[in-house]
Amino acid sequence: MLEILQYSFITNSLLAAFFASITCGIVGTYIVTRRMVFLSGGITHASFGGIGMGYFFGLNPIFSAAVFAILSALGVEFLSKRTEIREDSVIGILWSFGMAIGIIFIFITPGYVPNLMTYLFGSILTVSGLDVWLMLALSVILILFFTFFYRLILFVAYDQNYARTHKIAVDLLNYILISLVALTIVLNIKVVGIILVISLLTIPQSIANLFSKNFRNIILLSIVISLVGVLTGLIFSYKINIPSGAAIIFSLVIFFGLAKATQMILSRSILKTKIQKILE
Amino acid sequence: MSKIVELKSVFAGYNNDVILNDVSFEIYDDDFIGIIGPNGGGKTTLLNVILGLIKPIKGSIEFFGDTENKNNKIGYLPQINQIDKKFPISVCDVVLSGLIYSSGIFYKHSKEDRIKVRETLEKLGICDLQNKPIGELSGGQMQKVLLARAIVSSPRLLILDEPNTFVDNKFEGELYEILVHLNKEMAIIIVSHDIGTISTYIKTIACVNRGLHYHKSNKISEQQLASYNCPIKLITHGEVPHTVLKTHNHILS
Repeated sequence: MLEILQYSFITNSLLAAFFASITCGIVGTYIVTRRMVFLSGGITHASFGGIGMGYFFGLNPIFSAAVFAILSALGVEFLSKRTEIREDSVIGILWSFGMAIGIIFIFITPGYVPNLMTYLFGSILTVSGLDVWLMLALSVILILFFTFFYRLILFVAYDQNYARTHKIAVDLLNYILISLVALTIVLNIKVVGIILVISLLTIPQSIANLFSKNFRNIILLSIVISLVGVLTGLIFSYKINIPSGAAIIFSLVIFFGLAKATQMILSRSILKTKIQKILE
Repeated sequence: MSKIVELKSVFAGYNNDVILNDVSFEIYDDDFIGIIGPNGGGKTTLLNVILGLIKPIKGSIEFFGDTENKNNKIGYLPQINQIDKKFPISVCDVVLSGLIYSSGIFYKHSKEDRIKVRETLEKLGICDLQNKPIGELSGGQMQKVLLARAIVSSPRLLILDEPNTFVDNKFEGELYEILVHLNKEMAIIIVSHDIGTISTYIKTIACVNRGLHYHKSNKISEQQLASYNCPIKLITHGEVPHTVLKTHNHILS
């Protein structure tokens, strides 16, 4: 299998797997603990509008999707705070509106639309050099931001109102973080696709959360779990020739099942020894 | 006795609804005020105005003395149902977050901060919990942790929003003893739905129902409550309440 490493698309996809694990490990932990999974799903699907517009205007779809995703993320954050509309309703509207715009623009784009399936279902083997550079840049930004502002992020995520009583710029921090969430989603679309990207932001974190109740450790564990999951998926997809995105998600869900079973057996045996001690 | 906060004819509310109507109110540094009133009467809105979470539409709020340490003037214990119990954070970190204002731009905590946290946990008798994730705490333990976060910065005013919900009677008694002790160092405002229990500990009562009536005693009668336009039920008064159950026959035995 080693000889396939000499092809640049293989190195690109391995690098993409690495950076996807870092970005999704960090951002996913934030999303899961803040209970923003549905919001993130909304941003993901809304970004399809940006991809459609990118095709129509002849831009790189990743750039237009990034702009679209950030604007819709900021929009939800703003609308749900300043108006009376329920946040989940705003997300629902945005979710379908973005998809609708994407479909309209792809439909009116003359001629053949290349690589559309790449964006919907992901294709880690077609990740370009530019994509890898962008993911590297995002990884560096996220690592720096979450290292330097770790406590601030943790405290505000835990109890926003309390942070406000200490005159912390909660709104500004939320806007920055939601933009980073949007960027992470868009840059990972190539890896597993719009339809599946939410799983990279939730499954590794849910597995990690089974074994750790510490924010930092959940981030680190999720990164490792994602990496193992993505590589396992890649090998699967190479060996039995199935789409890589689906293979990655499939392996992650299997891991989750195994982890949950292990955790249940472990906690039961701990309970049993404790009861034994009481009885003695 | 010096003044900490003064509200001057404050009007406040949310979306077209005036909830606080012309409220004037002064808080002094040795106060122990119980806030009572019907649901929707504006108790939480009043707290939010004092905490700076909402701005008055009309009127003013002013803080006095010690303007250097602006941010640690107020310690706040929110209602427990506003806290996500599954959030992955340890007791120690929750209490550290009470010192968030003092920790500089990158919010690294100094050794003194950690000592303060340790002392506060000791004061409340929950040192053994410090490394536990909050998901493993009981209701009473959680309230103590939130109280520790509120007082770790040695605030001049402590605000508690219904600290006696979801806790057992033993904890409640313990909590009030702690508060009486803390009252020697700071003013305390406590919102409670159960005026009977708190009335032995508090010094004064503020009835909030759109307007505010300040009752400068800890004894209040149903007639006075009615005249303050504050229709809530008095459960008991005076001594710590107890319930007497009627003797009943065990039919099954």
